[in-house]
Amino acid sequence: MAQKSMKPEDIKVILATDCGSTTTKATLIEKRDGEYRLIVRGEAPTTVEAPFEDVTNGVLNAVGEVEELAGRKLLDDNGRIISPANGNVGTDIYISTSSAGGGLQMMVAGVVRSMTAESAERAALGAGSIVMDVIASNDKRLPHQQIERIRRLRPDMILLSGGVDGGTTTHVVEIAELISAADPKPRLGSGYKLPVIFAGNKDAVGPVKETLAEKTDLTVVDNLRPVLERENLLPAREKIHDLFMEHVMAQAPGYKKLMSWCDAPIMPTPGAVGSIIKRVSEIEKIEVVGVDIGGATTDVFSVFQDVFNRTVSANLGMSYSISNVFAEAGLPNVMRWVPFHMDERDLRNRVKNKMIRPTTIPQMMEELIFEQAIAKEALRLAFVQHKSFATVLKGVQQQRTIADAFEQSTSGATLVNMMTLNMLIGSGGVLSHAPRRQQAALMLIDAFLPEGITRLAVDSIFMMPQLGVLAEVHPLAATEVFNKDCLIHLGTCIAPAGEMKSGKGSVMNYEIELPGGKVEKGSLEFGTMKLIPLGTDEKTNLPAMAKAVFEPARGFDLGAGKGAKVERTISGGVVGVILDGRGRPFVVPTDDKMRVAKLREWMLELDIYPKAALERG
Amino acid sequence: MAHAYTPGLKVTDQVWLVKERILPLKGDVIVSKGDRVEPDTVVAQTHLPGPVEPVNVANILGVPPEDIPECMLKKEGDPVKKGEVIARSASFFGLFKSECTSKIEGTVENISHVTGQVLLRGQPMPVQVRAYLRGEVSAIHPSEGVSVAAIGAFVQGIFGIGGETHGEIKIVCADHTEVLDDSKIGPACEGKVVVGGSLVTAAALKKAIQVRAKGIVVGGFDDRDLRDFLGYDLGVAITGSEDLGITLVVTEGFGQIAMAQKTFELLKRHEGKLACINGATQIRAGVIRPEVVIPKDIPAMQENVPKPEIAGLAIGSSVRVIRQPHFGRLGKVSAMPAPLQQLESESSARVLEVEFDGKERAIIPRANVEMIEEV
Repeated sequence: MAQKSMKPEDIKVILATDCGSTTTKATLIEKRDGEYRLIVRGEAPTTVEAPFEDVTNGVLNAVGEVEELAGRKLLDDNGRIISPANGNVGTDIYISTSSAGGGLQMMVAGVVRSMTAESAERAALGAGSIVMDVIASNDKRLPHQQIERIRRLRPDMILLSGGVDGGTTTHVVEIAELISAADPKPRLGSGYKLPVIFAGNKDAVGPVKETLAEKTDLTVVDNLRPVLERENLLPAREKIHDLFMEHVMAQAPGYKKLMSWCDAPIMPTPGAVGSIIKRVSEIEKIEVVGVDIGGATTDVFSVFQDVFNRTVSANLGMSYSISNVFAEAGLPNVMRWVPFHMDERDLRNRVKNKMIRPTTIPQMMEELIFEQAIAKEALRLAFVQHKSFATVLKGVQQQRTIADAFEQSTSGATLVNMMTLNMLIGSGGVLSHAPRRQQAALMLIDAFLPEGITRLAVDSIFMMPQLGVLAEVHPLAATEVFNKDCLIHLGTCIAPAGEMKSGKGSVMNYEIELPGGKVEKGSLEFGTMKLIPLGTDEKTNLPAMAKAVFEPARGFDLGAGKGAKVERTISGGVVGVILDGRGRPFVVPTDDKMRVAKLREWMLELDIYPKAALERG
Repeated sequence: MAHAYTPGLKVTDQVWLVKERILPLKGDVIVSKGDRVEPDTVVAQTHLPGPVEPVNVANILGVPPEDIPECMLKKEGDPVKKGEVIARSASFFGLFKSECTSKIEGTVENISHVTGQVLLRGQPMPVQVRAYLRGEVSAIHPSEGVSVAAIGAFVQGIFGIGGETHGEIKIVCADHTEVLDDSKIGPACEGKVVVGGSLVTAAALKKAIQVRAKGIVVGGFDDRDLRDFLGYDLGVAITGSEDLGITLVVTEGFGQIAMAQKTFELLKRHEGKLACINGATQIRAGVIRPEVVIPKDIPAMQENVPKPEIAGLAIGSSVRVIRQPHFGRLGKVSAMPAPLQQLESESSARVLEVEFDGKERAIIPRANVEMIEEV
């Protein structure tokens, strides 16, 4: 890695790349008129696999496109990145993320599945890894089955945890023995030993070393669960990043060269996205959920009560895994979002044809509607998984007073609270490239069902990974570009939580004072949606703001309690303010006629699809 | 972006193919360079380490783990027989003895004085790698395996199930559009690679297994039948390890889709010849497509078969539409406008114009066609 001691204020030009499994993206950021802005973006196919087998080819091609578009010379005659910048030539810093070659794939192990093994899983996911399997003493598999599984997996590295400091050592050593018996081989490169990180009971370090030091490349870090009540994930996460650079990246073709070009360590792409989500939460002091829906996987990131969590739903995606979404959600769940009837046999074949030819795009409106219905289910299922994982620590004894006796919360309750959630950010082709931004907004609302007042946004061109690394080097530049160029603010969803058994009546009264003085005032009926235009400020390109007063009906809650009035300044966006009166929990009408009629009503109100397309179906 | 279209599936009358035949672990190569091989010829073999059987000796003997080394009658590396006593403890002045026996035949792999657990390793399991193709050993990879080269006709499918197999080609449909139903399958299909037209029905597939056909090559297959056949809904396209008694190669896609005429004609020309087929499919990084290889019996193998050049998409290129509304239709590119165009779905995309049957024309997104490689 090139060492550079440039002061952040001297950095005027930034070049960033993200080497994805199929595409390498390059972005150029410059400081102009006192602020950092995205200048251009280029892309080229990733060149990790044969016949090229050198990731830097793709990087140079993508940078070449940026050169052409920006009119800035970035590569010298030998194809090296010119640094530092001087006038219209070169860049001050160059940074990169990578998920090429399958990203970082790990196996984690711990003693109790819901305690140390889960903490280890959290550490691995937080570092941006795909967790291939979680081995635990109580995972209901017999030892020989566990050994067989470890042997077959071929991960990039293993994270082993177990036991609180000073506790019993037997179980964690037993897991170490299983790993040793399996003698697992690394996925890439046969010439080196598999890296294993031990982050468990400090008293077990000796026996674990005795068991694993010869067969594996063992590293010991602080226990990630030193006491039951506390996780200490940072040392394990940092070690994962180090080993990712030293072993995994170094084995991938061309990465040694790429690492020597970069001014900051290469981060796994999801790790970088997580870092920017955490940053947004810290700076704005808000609770955030971010989702990145790709072709094969869906990543969900969240920060609730200052706790960051990430989950990867490995087989929920819009192309390679589309058939799995269909299988997991089931036909009725997908079809409940489609405002017309389709033949099941034909639908099944269409889904499978998309799976085997994943690069195709919907040409007809009917196909777009169907794909967006599948996306809602993929997002919903990924979020269900996330909610069950993002919990308070399990296995912790809680002191209760008599006042808590009626509370149903238990150890391991989810941290995710849709009422306190402030911002929901979507990313990935189906959200970022939806032909109408309203479609992205409705996909997010239907899949996540936000409650209360929630801002909605999408990542315009999937810049979050690059900004995640940039945040490590130059936080100010990362924040400025994130707010002005990366995020497209869609608007705000106002959804009172509550049910109305009669199915009729007002769920809230609202009064919104729009910029320019116009006041939108009215009553929102149960089961309806309403769109109020509130765009962006022309000068700053940031969301326009409006003062609003909401008075939920009795039994409906907007964050201040049932029936309690809420006064708030709300922000707009390219879609506006969406009043969602469908109640929470939200249930799609079971009567088919009613369902189709309601879907059409909501879609017309929010201008989701052309009227003709909805009527034709 | 450079990848503006899907590269087509290969269908060619003569190609030079080299297949790596590699062992899962290091072992012995048992053929030499230049040897002629048949699909069933074993080219390399090895032994996989046997399964591990953990035995909690401390529990069985009722002694603390640290005493285990003293109780062991076998040390690490010693062979053990099934039922043989591997550890013994004596208590109460030697009056009561507890014993621990081995449940498997193998060796003692590890004795732990921390957990009290002993790991026994079962007998190694032999693994053989066969040639798969009729051809010639073109390279030896010491201790790992070989490369087998063959010249032959080659058809790449889009999706398949089942692994490597081989048999004579038998055409059972009159043309590339005919449905392969169970009436077309009979005892004469035993050991054969059966070729159908636009669709294979679930009943036909079942009957083909009954008469012990080796494989089916067909244009389309219904997803509902796939689910019934596999017993589960396939979520991600990674196949090849199914053991259902038959290998299926689908050349066009899901649903009833006529097999490309060129593919059908090629297979028909080779009726009665040996076909080596593999249904293995993987649609992720490192794409694997199912295939049909018809090796030719050429006395002296040589690597002078022209290698097909992959040309880009251009006006006049033959293409197959791979998404609705013209899914499965074949045509020729008649125009390639450069600017992005808005589709009915309101997405903007790069498009091309396709002419079907020399008459009808349609605008299709470039992402929704695949080239038919003319070689």
